[in-house]
Amino acid sequence: MKSIDLAIGIGGAAGQGIATPGDILARIFVRRGLHVNAYNAYQSIIRGGHIFLTLRTSDEPVLSHGDTLDVLMPLNQDSMNRHLKLMRAGSTVLFNSDTITPGAVADGVQLCPFSVKALAPGIKGDLVQNTIALAAILRLIKVDFAILQEILTLQFKRKGAAAVAENVGVARAGYDYAETHFTAFPFSLPDTGKRLAFFEGNQALAMGGAAAGVRFYCAYPMSPASGVLHWMARHARQLDIMVRQVEDEIGVINMAIGAAHAGCRAMCATSGGGFALMTEALGAAAMMEIPVVCINVQRAGPATGVPTKTEQGDLWQVLGAGQGDYPRIIVAPTNMADCFKIVPRLFNLVDKFQCPGIILSDLLLSEGRSSIDPAELDFNVPIERGDVIGLNGDLPAVNGGFQRYRITESGISPRALPGTPGHMHVVATDEHDEDGVLISDEFTDPVKRRAIHEKRMRKMDGILPLLDAPVVHGAADAGVTLVGWGSTEGVIREAIQQLAGAGVVANNLQIKWLVPLHADAIASILSAAPKWIIVENNYSGQFARYLRAETGLAADGHIRKYDGEPFMPHHIVDGVQAILSGAVKQYVPVHEIRV
Amino acid sequence: MATTVDQAGANTERAKPTIKDLKGRADPDWCPGCGDFGVLAALKQAIVELGLQPYEVMTISGIGCSSNLPGYINTYGMHTLHGRALAVATGAQLANHRLKIVVTGGDGDGYGIGGNHFVHSMRRNVDLTYIVMNNQVYGLTTGQLSPTSIKGMNTKSTPFGSVENPINPIPLAIAAGATYVARGFTGQQKHLVELIKGGLSHKGFALIDTFSPCVTYNHDNSHEFFKQRTRKLEELGHDPTDFHAAMAQGSAWGEVIPIGLFWRRQDLPALDQLEPVLNGGPLAHRPLGVAPDVAQALINELM
Repeated sequence: MKSIDLAIGIGGAAGQGIATPGDILARIFVRRGLHVNAYNAYQSIIRGGHIFLTLRTSDEPVLSHGDTLDVLMPLNQDSMNRHLKLMRAGSTVLFNSDTITPGAVADGVQLCPFSVKALAPGIKGDLVQNTIALAAILRLIKVDFAILQEILTLQFKRKGAAAVAENVGVARAGYDYAETHFTAFPFSLPDTGKRLAFFEGNQALAMGGAAAGVRFYCAYPMSPASGVLHWMARHARQLDIMVRQVEDEIGVINMAIGAAHAGCRAMCATSGGGFALMTEALGAAAMMEIPVVCINVQRAGPATGVPTKTEQGDLWQVLGAGQGDYPRIIVAPTNMADCFKIVPRLFNLVDKFQCPGIILSDLLLSEGRSSIDPAELDFNVPIERGDVIGLNGDLPAVNGGFQRYRITESGISPRALPGTPGHMHVVATDEHDEDGVLISDEFTDPVKRRAIHEKRMRKMDGILPLLDAPVVHGAADAGVTLVGWGSTEGVIREAIQQLAGAGVVANNLQIKWLVPLHADAIASILSAAPKWIIVENNYSGQFARYLRAETGLAADGHIRKYDGEPFMPHHIVDGVQAILSGAVKQYVPVHEIRV
Repeated sequence: MATTVDQAGANTERAKPTIKDLKGRADPDWCPGCGDFGVLAALKQAIVELGLQPYEVMTISGIGCSSNLPGYINTYGMHTLHGRALAVATGAQLANHRLKIVVTGGDGDGYGIGGNHFVHSMRRNVDLTYIVMNNQVYGLTTGQLSPTSIKGMNTKSTPFGSVENPINPIPLAIAAGATYVARGFTGQQKHLVELIKGGLSHKGFALIDTFSPCVTYNHDNSHEFFKQRTRKLEELGHDPTDFHAAMAQGSAWGEVIPIGLFWRRQDLPALDQLEPVLNGGPLAHRPLGVAPDVAQALINELM
């Protein structure tokens, strides 16, 4: 049983310093071994707008950012106006009464006004109210002041003793004021005695790349994928990774392909718009049989779309990326630990099968933040480079007549790295024969074309058995199976817990490996399910169509969301109940929080 | 800086390659009389004269008539997508900076669809030798306007004459930051060989724009046209370290069209020389994996 489940919302304009109290709270939580899930709803603006950070913590794993708030910390009037109506009995609202006034409030909500002018007379700066509110929250959940003092001391050390003293003093005033004026929560923040780590999905993907031995990373800045670039750039010299910011995404993927052909593990990340520019080159990687990994962090499309909002709207774009048929692997990690673990796994596969690999993440996963048990971040992963001649600068015996695209039963032909004596060959995006000689221009040859095309595509047969077949999570005798893919795993599983409370037994089939797809295994699971509903973050039911194409099966109902914000658990609960009651076949929830 | 053994010289006797050693697996499919034969011959000659081993060289091209070149020379080769050769080459060069990378292609490939990569590769001063077989027309697509086609040219896509101004790659390259900027002509083979050798020996981005006339689709800018007009910069008393003179000579286009080395500066390091991560030798040859203490430090950042 959970002893606590606490959600804190911090809202304000961009530039008001929301991240800092959020980070401090998260660090305090994970250092006590508490689990955290955080989602920051933000906008494509540097100053202004409205940002809303939800930080939820519990002594049990936190699967989503949840449905409700226990604490609201509005940093401006706008944020108060937007969120006060969501607060319910037992919750607390902390605000600077100098500049913010509450409106109508539900019974049982504790309003906690404090005056910055009174508590921090003469101290200038917009961030003072953040420090006071943060200190007050910590008092309400009974965290010792010494912990905040230590954090503030570290944070302001660079600015000198006076800055430390001022900030600690302000915090102390807020902490003491809360003690005498506000009612604390009926619990003390527990300490499990263990420490967890806290990171965002993009960091997980980047660290997964480091674990995989990525030596070349390049990107063009694009939200919400830039976090991978930032981590890579920051750690490039520590880890000996060549990190380049490139002129456009066409350049990005081609540069990565060049580095990969020369022998590096090469990776890049972008969002849908950049991915669109990369598509021709993905086919080129497959044609030249060069392993490369590309991450698409989906945001709400089409076109420039909603750059700071989430969606699972690029599935068909990725499925159809590039002209012609070509072998590739597409995987959608289902949680943040998965983001880390999937990268070395995918590199081993693309190295073995010499083809591109695509990771389909989304804003929720990549910019969402979560606690993680550090033991899960195992950098000591198996590294399998496949059949490569000249790796590590070896000097193999000169044999001459090297056939780069030798036709084999597996479809895999040995690679030779450029610079290796005796193995000169050309890799071509034109169709070619086993020698790498073009059969596209002067002497097109249908027999050779068929043979080499089949050789390449045969690799797909070898990949599928190496991928974990999907399994059902939860009750075997469920009345309804909720099918999702990628990032929705956590929120679906939390919805299932809530449904159990309402007497509905549901389980979850979460699909991670999209191409190649374990269609037979999925079909047998879904054929046996009394009812099944597909939950996805897009308008047209892209995964439903894909599943129908691959299995011939159609779902009993659909829950979709395409307003830019991620699902909250109750959205899925309401949808399942509406569909099971027969009221609707397709349910689109209304997102109550206006951010 | 860690020392690494030169993979070529470590335990193999360096035999001087011959032109025959450089014969590719396929024979050129260019039209008889195409200028590109001259570039292929000059490139092979330059490699031989510099004593480079075929396996140390990688020839990377895009798409087009001239981009078929890697298939006709026995080095490592990549025949990439249309316009993307420089991006691919940049990745390969940084992954293994011991490779000698030659990028070959046409004017449409490099100055048209690949224009963005062209400018940025020069800005970065990537250590590449870029030979553009400039025939001022699209050949493989059967004769349309190219970025270097002269104003007024009649092509299949400009049947009433082009109204657009062409790109002059020489001043563009100098302005964009290339550190070796030359122009050759396939009608001057020995001169072209020297320019390519200079490019291969230069540490940094070398452009060798080469008039390589198309005998099938460009009757305006023929072999004869260039034979009558080209003059060697050496004979014109040009100083390739003089920026303004280089821009002036590079912009000249009329009864006298200069060829030769317009611009060279050797005081700027190439991109790979600026990256400390390459101090330990080519990245492509490094063992993979993160040491346990480093891994722990990465995790500690999150705690």
